[in-house]
Amino acid sequence: MRPRDNFLKGIWSENPILALALGLCPTLAVTTSLKNAVGMGLAATFVLVFSNLLISLFRKFIPSKIRIPSYIVIIATFVTLVDLLMSAYLPALHKQLGIFVPLIVVNCIIMGRAEAFASKHGPVASIIDGFGMGIGFTLVLSVIGAVREILGAGKLWGLAVSTSFTPVLVFALPPGALLVVGLFMALKQSLGGKK
Amino acid sequence: MFTISSSPHIRDKESVSSIMWWVVISLLPAGITGIWFFGLKAFYIMVACILSAVISEFLLEKFVLKRKVIIFDGSAVVTGLLLAYNVSVGLPLWMAVLGSAFAIAIGKMAFGGIGRNIFNPALVGRAFLVASFPAAMTRFYMPFQKELISTATPLAIIKEGGRAVVSYRDLFLGIRGGCIGETSVLALLVGAGILLWRRYISLRIPLSYIGTVAIMTWIFGPNKFFAGDWLFHILSGGLFLGAFFMATDMVTSPISKRGQIVFGIGCGIITSVIRLWGGYPEGVSYSILMMNGLVPLIDAYITPRRLGERIGK
Repeated sequence: MRPRDNFLKGIWSENPILALALGLCPTLAVTTSLKNAVGMGLAATFVLVFSNLLISLFRKFIPSKIRIPSYIVIIATFVTLVDLLMSAYLPALHKQLGIFVPLIVVNCIIMGRAEAFASKHGPVASIIDGFGMGIGFTLVLSVIGAVREILGAGKLWGLAVSTSFTPVLVFALPPGALLVVGLFMALKQSLGGKK
Repeated sequence: MFTISSSPHIRDKESVSSIMWWVVISLLPAGITGIWFFGLKAFYIMVACILSAVISEFLLEKFVLKRKVIIFDGSAVVTGLLLAYNVSVGLPLWMAVLGSAFAIAIGKMAFGGIGRNIFNPALVGRAFLVASFPAAMTRFYMPFQKELISTATPLAIIKEGGRAVVSYRDLFLGIRGGCIGETSVLALLVGAGILLWRRYISLRIPLSYIGTVAIMTWIFGPNKFFAGDWLFHILSGGLFLGAFFMATDMVTSPISKRGQIVFGIGCGIITSVIRLWGGYPEGVSYSILMMNGLVPLIDAYITPRRLGERIGK
């Protein structure tokens, strides 16, 4: 697979949320605003790239019977890094995301890529895969976050969109998240192979 | 000339559109009393909901799903009208339009259109509006007033621990605060009579539903067991509208006779639990939506008995 295709598959054809339906818990939980969505997406991308790299490097040494615990140890290392960095430099965002930062450990996208890709491919291809998946995850989170923030709170990036806008509260609530994710999945299905 | 075709071979004259237009006729008494009680604004809300439902169905069928446009079968009109009956007269028109478009787009067309929806579309629209605009959806107004004077519904007064001072006669006639089409039990019964006469609905769901609510609210009285004001409970809220016009929706209720009774009892239990111990004063719409979700399960476990089949085998 060419590096370009390897990167692009994470953004469209194998997009983690819209095509693989992975990582839906953070998608539903943190997309109430664009800021949270971008923060979550970038944190997950960081972990994804480095865990993919390390798992790919160690793939010959990790015995297959204990590979899942080994992956978790590697992933948890990077999640701890992100968690501490975020609480040091972005305390407001860290407080907003709360439990969902440590929960990146069990994010199924990261486990999924470790198992499905990094454990079978070389380090360079694994980095590109992790980066593509991470960016695809971030993009979709951001679009969903923006839609939900505009409709549910009448704001974007914390700023009011219009003075005379009545927020449609349901989009700020969990059912609104399911609704928006579902509609975007349907949109991707209907656009299908065009891209 | 012989033609070979699969069943059904005998067709009734009845069609989807004739049934739907009869349902519209049966809803008219409640609509007329709604306009009489709450003024012309109630009429505008009905028109806005119906137009919004029909236009959204047209746009979705024509441009998104690209299939035959069947807006004249009357089903979108029924959805819009039922949604209008389920909102307060003070609701801004644009919210009514939005709720009605949501009911058709998400409640009906997203599942594949008429006959394929799991949930009653009008109630999906109502649930959307309650979640989105809780203040506007729960502010009710007095009937027969020149201007809007807000009031709590009898159920809301009970929920707050007060005593509702509405007589049974006023509850039956509908002289109380509430949604546009839910207040007058008398007008709803006239409409239900038309549906029963046309045999579009049977009494199984409404009776088991209302009966369960009566028994539950009688047993679990506010102060002691077997002393609840069951007559007040069945006459207030949206129970008659829900039991006769929404729980009996052909698409979203069970097929078998015994299944329909199970469905009605389930609706009654959930409604009573929400009213007696839940956070909301009224639970008719959520109870029907929840039981709608269980209909495939009910239909899978309770199948009609075949001719000659042994019982208990």
